[in-house]
Amino acid sequence: MSVEAMYQEIILDHYREKHHSGLREPYGAQVTHVNPTCGDEVLLRVQLDGDVVADVSYEAVGCSISQASTSVMSDLVIGRSVADALALHEEFTEMMHSRGELEPDEDTLEDGIAFIGVAKFPARVKCALLGWSAFKDAAAQALATKES
Amino acid sequence: MSYDVELIRADFPILERRVGEYPLAYLDSANTSQKPQVVIDAMVDHYERHNANVARAMHVLGAEASAAYEAGREKVAAFIGADRADEVVFTKNASEALNLAAHSLGQGLKPGDEVVITVMEHHSNIVPWQLLCARTGATLRWFDITDDGRLDLAKAAAENLINANTRIVSVGWVSNVLGTVNPIAQIAAQAHAVGAVMVVDGAQAVPQLTTKVAESGADLVAFTGHKMVGPTGIGGLWGRHDLLTELPPFLGGGEMIEIVRMTGSTFAPPPYRFEAGTPPIAEAVGLGVAADYLAELGMADVAAHERAITAYALETMQQLDGLAVLGTTEVGPEGRGGAISFTLATRDGLDIHPHDVMTFLDSRGVAVRGGHHCARPLHERLGITASTRASFYLYTLEREIDQLVEALAYTRDFFGRAA
Repeated sequence: MSVEAMYQEIILDHYREKHHSGLREPYGAQVTHVNPTCGDEVLLRVQLDGDVVADVSYEAVGCSISQASTSVMSDLVIGRSVADALALHEEFTEMMHSRGELEPDEDTLEDGIAFIGVAKFPARVKCALLGWSAFKDAAAQALATKES
Repeated sequence: MSYDVELIRADFPILERRVGEYPLAYLDSANTSQKPQVVIDAMVDHYERHNANVARAMHVLGAEASAAYEAGREKVAAFIGADRADEVVFTKNASEALNLAAHSLGQGLKPGDEVVITVMEHHSNIVPWQLLCARTGATLRWFDITDDGRLDLAKAAAENLINANTRIVSVGWVSNVLGTVNPIAQIAAQAHAVGAVMVVDGAQAVPQLTTKVAESGADLVAFTGHKMVGPTGIGGLWGRHDLLTELPPFLGGGEMIEIVRMTGSTFAPPPYRFEAGTPPIAEAVGLGVAADYLAELGMADVAAHERAITAYALETMQQLDGLAVLGTTEVGPEGRGGAISFTLATRDGLDIHPHDVMTFLDSRGVAVRGGHHCARPLHERLGITASTRASFYLYTLEREIDQLVEALAYTRDFFGRAA
């Protein structure tokens, strides 16, 4: 597998134009996640409306893989129920840990399937998961805040 | 004999490696240097024939191991220009040496005292001082830099940075990011004028420059073995003998004591006072051989090669549209070390993140480092989060720089294709 194939057009497009980027109000929870070894950082907010993800907004710095993955994630989870969004998180994480051997489902993961190539580069898997992990964390906190 | 890089490369087996279809261009020597066969052989020979613990084992092997360990210390002391071998304390690495300095020098600090560092330091020369200040209530202050990546001495003077409250000044000799060579003697004179102790992080300087610690103006100098063709797991702290004698221990344990009673202990003289537990013995043997290897090449020639290869790299890299070098691009005798950090953007101005650059270069056989290079505050000061760094050493060839520049152009154009 070549690096050229890993950096698919979809990834570069999202890197050039990050969807839902920027911090917005209101928000139920806000988290900061970092990859200390490479310095990728994301500050991410989640706003829930009932059990639906009403908004995900973020400010992030890092490589094209982490930035594009966060952008794709925000496209996928906004407007979905928290349960569905977390199921997508599971599915994406499973794909990233598959060493590229899983056949990803385009119907559910949409642009997210572009990251299957990254799964073959173990050093970069954590880049692709940064935004997703931040979302999972923030969504859990937003839920907890609502319930308390 | 003239300096023959091809001949020198034959001493380093790893440099023959290929990465996929490409020859390896190892441009990450500021991270860790490669090792010549003589260093590898010396460590194997030690384990095969002379291995025993030092100082406490009274048999033949113990005596051989102790002698080999101390011979390593003598070679290193001679290499860095120390007046006496017992001024060299072996540590795990430069980070441990700086932690030792911070602990032992800092024991008497109190609120109102000041410690001065610089914004261009490696985290190893920041965090130990932050921890010290948190423990003691002392204040941490730092030198800013100018736009061309040099210490802003004028601003420091205007701020009265080094003053009567200053107790410790700790400055990197050569920046691991910018390659800047800092005016150690000048800053040491300022520190001494107010009665402060001058600590120098020599991790990037000792491998590249002719080092005479005794004449440097510094009181303590930290360095590491693995960046100077020696093994990992060993570094050192050189200190003026009279200062080391006054300093309290850092780590407690075996071999650093004089008499241990349950009610209290007294401590060995330096350097043993600072070497608790079984030290890195085979590593000291390897480092001694590494020091001899460098001395035989001649550090003046090593430094001249570093300047020449850095000048070539600066010239060819700066011809690339979209590449911007951090810090000074001037290579004088004291101008710059052999680390070049840079940013890269596509022709339409898209910043290509250093990790993406690194991945692409790696796929074309070029090993560089991408990230903040353990100098996050410096990157923040420069208004960026990360950079890519190519760093050179005594075995670096112009054709490896060419391979780098070609791979950078390819990377830039790949990321520019979607534009």
